[in-house]
Amino acid sequence: MNKLKIILNGIVRDNPTFVLMLGMCPTLGTTGSALTGMSMGLATMGVLICSNCAISMLKRFVPDQVRIPCYIVVIATFVTVLQMCMQAWLPALDKLLGIFIPLIVVNCILLGRAEAFAARHSVIESVCDGIGIGLGFTLALTLLGAVRELLGTGMIFGFGIYPETYGSLVFVLAPGAFIALGFMVALFNSVKKHP
Amino acid sequence: MTTYLSIIITAIFVNNIVLSQFLGICPFIGVSRRLSSAVGMGAAVAFVMTLSTAVTWLLQYYLLDPLEIGFMQTIVFILVIASLVQMLEMVIKKIAPVLYQALGVFLPLITTNCAVLGVAILVIRGDMDLGQSIVYALSTAVGFTLALALFAGIRQQLELTEGVPRAMRGVPVALVCAGLLALAFMGFSGISI
Repeated sequence: MNKLKIILNGIVRDNPTFVLMLGMCPTLGTTGSALTGMSMGLATMGVLICSNCAISMLKRFVPDQVRIPCYIVVIATFVTVLQMCMQAWLPALDKLLGIFIPLIVVNCILLGRAEAFAARHSVIESVCDGIGIGLGFTLALTLLGAVRELLGTGMIFGFGIYPETYGSLVFVLAPGAFIALGFMVALFNSVKKHP
Repeated sequence: MTTYLSIIITAIFVNNIVLSQFLGICPFIGVSRRLSSAVGMGAAVAFVMTLSTAVTWLLQYYLLDPLEIGFMQTIVFILVIASLVQMLEMVIKKIAPVLYQALGVFLPLITTNCAVLGVAILVIRGDMDLGQSIVYALSTAVGFTLALALFAGIRQQLELTEGVPRAMRGVPVALVCAGLLALAFMGFSGISI
């Protein structure tokens, strides 16, 4: 399969957030601003690429009956590595994302791609799939974070677009996360069906 | 006693696990089409969450901390939860077939419910003792069930509603309703005991 096509598929046709509706917890929980959303997306993408690569290398050695626990151990290992790297080099960001970093382990995107893609394709194709799905997830999170930050505080990535007093704080808080995501999924649906 | 009461009220209403901490969203959207399945899922989560929080708390303080291997927390916790769910499924199937029929379908789904792992880690990060942890886990599960049941009631009504724009049908309109539900729960914030 064409490698570029695998990457593009991950971003648009199989977009993990807007189409597959996977990994909803970090999608809602870390998109209070564009920056945190993007960081969470990149962190997940790093783990996804590594775990896809490792699982597709191991696919001949893992017995079929115990494959799910094996995948979970592989994913948890990479998450632990990520956690230690972030605590060492980006402690402020680690504090901001908080519990959502260890919770990458139970993000359905990782296990889903391991089972649906990496266990059946070559290493290079699996890495491409990791890049594509990871980019799709990062873009979705950044977009949602930017929308919430703009509506809530009038800024994107901290740059003021309009005065903060006109923003409505509810979009930065919990209810705004659900509402903004609902409207964005609807937008994605209507654009996809009537191009 | 007041600390326990404040943990209970906070976990159920003020810091509801689904509507203000964003954990366990997948079952919240996936298993909330019907009220009966929502309650079944809630009961299964309550069972697993309380048990796994107690076990992981003991492991953290009597195994990981003395050996100074705290960095293994994520791997150990997820393996414990996954095997606990498997064992629980086998035990319930053997001992209480009636309970198994009610909860059986939901048990395998719980391994990837991030609320279970989330509570196990939150309890450690919040420096709670064993009693507080168990109370916290149980009341979080009650909060989860409450949110799920309320949301299922709303979605049952939504399915009967006509005139929802085509692009909004299904998950998008449900998400907006969840937002309104979260807005209602924000009314509880500011309560202090």
